[in-house]
Amino acid sequence: MAIEFELNGDAVSLNVESDMPLLWAIRDISGLTGTKFGCGKALCGACTVHVDGQPMRSCSLPVAAVAGRAVTTIEGLSETGDHPVQQAWRELNVPQCGYCQSGQIMSAAALLARTPNPSDDDIDTAMSGNICRCGTYPRIRKAIHRAAEGKS
Amino acid sequence: MSQLRKISRREFLKKTGQASGGLVFAVTFASACQPAGPGPAAKAAASIAPNLYVNVRNDGVVEIVCHRSEMGQGIRTCLPQIIADEMEASWDRIEVIQAQGHEKYGDQNTDGSTSIRKHFDLLRNAGATAREMMIMAAATMWDVPAGECVAREHAVHHEASSRSAGFGDLVDTAEKLAAPEKAEFKSRQDYRFIGKSMDLIDGHAYTTGSAMYGIDTVLPDMLYASIERCPAFGGSVASLDDSAALAVSGVSQVLRMPDPTAPAFFNIQGGIAVLASNTWSAEQGRKALVIDWDRGANGDYDSASYRESLIESASAPGTAVLTRGDIDAVAGRADQTHEAVYYAPHLSQAPMEPPAAVARINDDGSCEIWACTQDPQTARQTVAATLGLEKEQVTVNVTLLGGGFGRKSKPDFIAEAAWLAKETGRPVKVSWTREDDIRHGYLHSVSAQYFQAGLDADGKATNWLQRTSFPSIMSTFSPDATGPGGFELDLGLLDNPYDIPNMRLETCDAKAHLRIGWLRSVCNVFHAFGASGFADELAHLAGEDPKDYLLKLIGPARKIDPADDDAKYTNYGQSLEQHPIDTGRLSAIVEKVAEMAGWGRELPEGHGLGIAVHRSFLSYVGAVAEVSVGEDGKLTVHDMWTAIDAGTIINPDRVTAQMEGAGIFGMSLTMHGEITAKDGGVVQGNFDTYPLVRMNESPHEIHVHIMESDAPPGGVGEPGVPPIAPAIVNAYFAASGNRIRELPLRNSGLA
Repeated sequence: MAIEFELNGDAVSLNVESDMPLLWAIRDISGLTGTKFGCGKALCGACTVHVDGQPMRSCSLPVAAVAGRAVTTIEGLSETGDHPVQQAWRELNVPQCGYCQSGQIMSAAALLARTPNPSDDDIDTAMSGNICRCGTYPRIRKAIHRAAEGKS
Repeated sequence: MSQLRKISRREFLKKTGQASGGLVFAVTFASACQPAGPGPAAKAAASIAPNLYVNVRNDGVVEIVCHRSEMGQGIRTCLPQIIADEMEASWDRIEVIQAQGHEKYGDQNTDGSTSIRKHFDLLRNAGATAREMMIMAAATMWDVPAGECVAREHAVHHEASSRSAGFGDLVDTAEKLAAPEKAEFKSRQDYRFIGKSMDLIDGHAYTTGSAMYGIDTVLPDMLYASIERCPAFGGSVASLDDSAALAVSGVSQVLRMPDPTAPAFFNIQGGIAVLASNTWSAEQGRKALVIDWDRGANGDYDSASYRESLIESASAPGTAVLTRGDIDAVAGRADQTHEAVYYAPHLSQAPMEPPAAVARINDDGSCEIWACTQDPQTARQTVAATLGLEKEQVTVNVTLLGGGFGRKSKPDFIAEAAWLAKETGRPVKVSWTREDDIRHGYLHSVSAQYFQAGLDADGKATNWLQRTSFPSIMSTFSPDATGPGGFELDLGLLDNPYDIPNMRLETCDAKAHLRIGWLRSVCNVFHAFGASGFADELAHLAGEDPKDYLLKLIGPARKIDPADDDAKYTNYGQSLEQHPIDTGRLSAIVEKVAEMAGWGRELPEGHGLGIAVHRSFLSYVGAVAEVSVGEDGKLTVHDMWTAIDAGTIINPDRVTAQMEGAGIFGMSLTMHGEITAKDGGVVQGNFDTYPLVRMNESPHEIHVHIMESDAPPGGVGEPGVPPIAPAIVNAYFAASGNRIRELPLRNSGLA
């Protein structure tokens, strides 16, 4: 059964099992590897993408659930990697290994889209689903504030 | 960047490897494979490699080969800083090439915080000889003495004649010259990149999803494999029904992996592999397998009963590995005697990217690997042994690592991919699930320590007995390993810095029942937890301020040689002359971090400060934590201060990042980290049962101070971890009066 949705602005039609998680459809079928596998159970946030603008854990979302909806991955967050969150991440050299950062950036971008000037509590609420084993949390917090300032 | 371009670079690396002596001239494969005859295209790709680590292209780009694995420590930024600085290259005109696994590079094992401390001079020499070669080429081209030429800003200049030539313009001339083997290093005051916080080389890739990790490799015609392994280490398949698995859409094959070996080494540890057209199908097929396991010799392993036996082992006399004075002679005369047992559980490294590797068998029988490995040379040897190949027939391409922490030093997962590629005749990607990673890894050792000390009437410690018991890393390589030994004793035991006249350090037996490996800072984790926790206990017993008491314990500034006390100590593989155990530097760290934290200030109600300091990997780190316990009974770490003396620093921002990360890593193992086992199998499986610190638990800032020093560089990746657990536990005591001697704090209801 072909499942049709919008992926980073392009219409796609994937011929996959309907219960395949969106993560694997994106990675293995569409070949976009920026979205990462971390846990497979929506526990770590490495696989975070936007579905109609909302942050979702793609490892636990059947691909059928996004039929007819718009999916944005890290590759589609901005044309040239200059989304304010991406810029702030680079300005503060947030990443260490970088592996979780696609998910962190997608969660942060979604947070700023709905809360342009988040408090520390807002950041805790929005970002605590994203684990960083390297421990970049203090810089992620600063970078979110930085991106918020840049946007305002 | 095109695939063709990547292939050209790989071939360049192969090409340079063919020359002996390590110093070679090489026209890159890119130019060699251009169409015959002169032309702009052929010209554009010419280059000169003054040594293994530098290749100057005639378009002016300087390619710098990074022979160490990038796993978050920032080595792909810091290593080029050293070479580019010595070479006088411009930062925006370098490209970093990741080296394949090959012994020509020397040590590539990215482990033990060695990348800078053991390679600083090698890398400086690579840059300096490249610089000298550019100068020689310019001098030859202009027919002037080399001594009149200087390299600056990616060019060589001859001031007397006002001539300049960019590095790229010197390639043709340099090709006819012999590269120097040694060249003078720059003076410290002339550094332009060393000591500067250069931005991450891979910053753009990390933030746009284009960074390529082990799990991201895709080859044409590739199969995806997922492997079900026996819950108990060393067990094997008793019976298998794979009919349901084979019926799963996308599944093409089910294969029984080679049986496990004892000891484990880095060998394949058995299991059933399901191969499919994508990751999801492989995992669905795997879930449909019906397997009866023979759990084998470790099938009874139960960590709860093992804990009791380990504590028992540490509580009885063991083998003395360091003896100073005579603790038995003074023990009975102490005014106060104190004893305690410290315990810390197994841990999993749990890098965010679980182990993943891709293997392909080529038509000529050779094997090519793409993997997130910390140790590409060991991966190469392991794959060769697995497939019965010569190591020259194995190529290991190193991807970025989504975290390593010691896990990805062990190439068992790469051997799995190689074996499956050979069996199936197709390229194969092996991806471990999170549960695979936590249940079937090489675990950080469980440990028990017994301490006994005596204080005189002034509260001064007169005698110190410490026994350590833990299953050894050596158990992974030797059937005879019965307990701690060798290099493990260097890690926070034999280098005890306390100025106590009578001391005995002992090791006690412990058998391993799981694969034991190493995790960021290794045995320093539990040795620092025990020794710094017990030292804090003595401070309170003596009725003194813990920071003041710690300084007294460390005593006057001096250099310690454990050999003076009959200990065999190897100092992380480097000399004590260059890297002494310097108690003056240790005390300076205590003073500094205490000052940063405002030690002695009035604290909010219910808050406590705790301090710990520890030397490891030749660097000195102190930590202070400020904690409180909320009405819900949970511990909050409000703030954390750390200070590090790592000698000469390459990139202060990366050192700061490592210290911040070490603070969080240390917090995770203090608050939550625990692997237990039942019926031989690991109980935990994912981040619900093996929690890590998240944003809402993290201090908003981890304050880091880097000591100014021109001492030789020490390690940076690991030394930040050991003092964190004791600083937090000591702070909890200060806040509550309750002493914790067992990790994690979750088991005491505090997290």
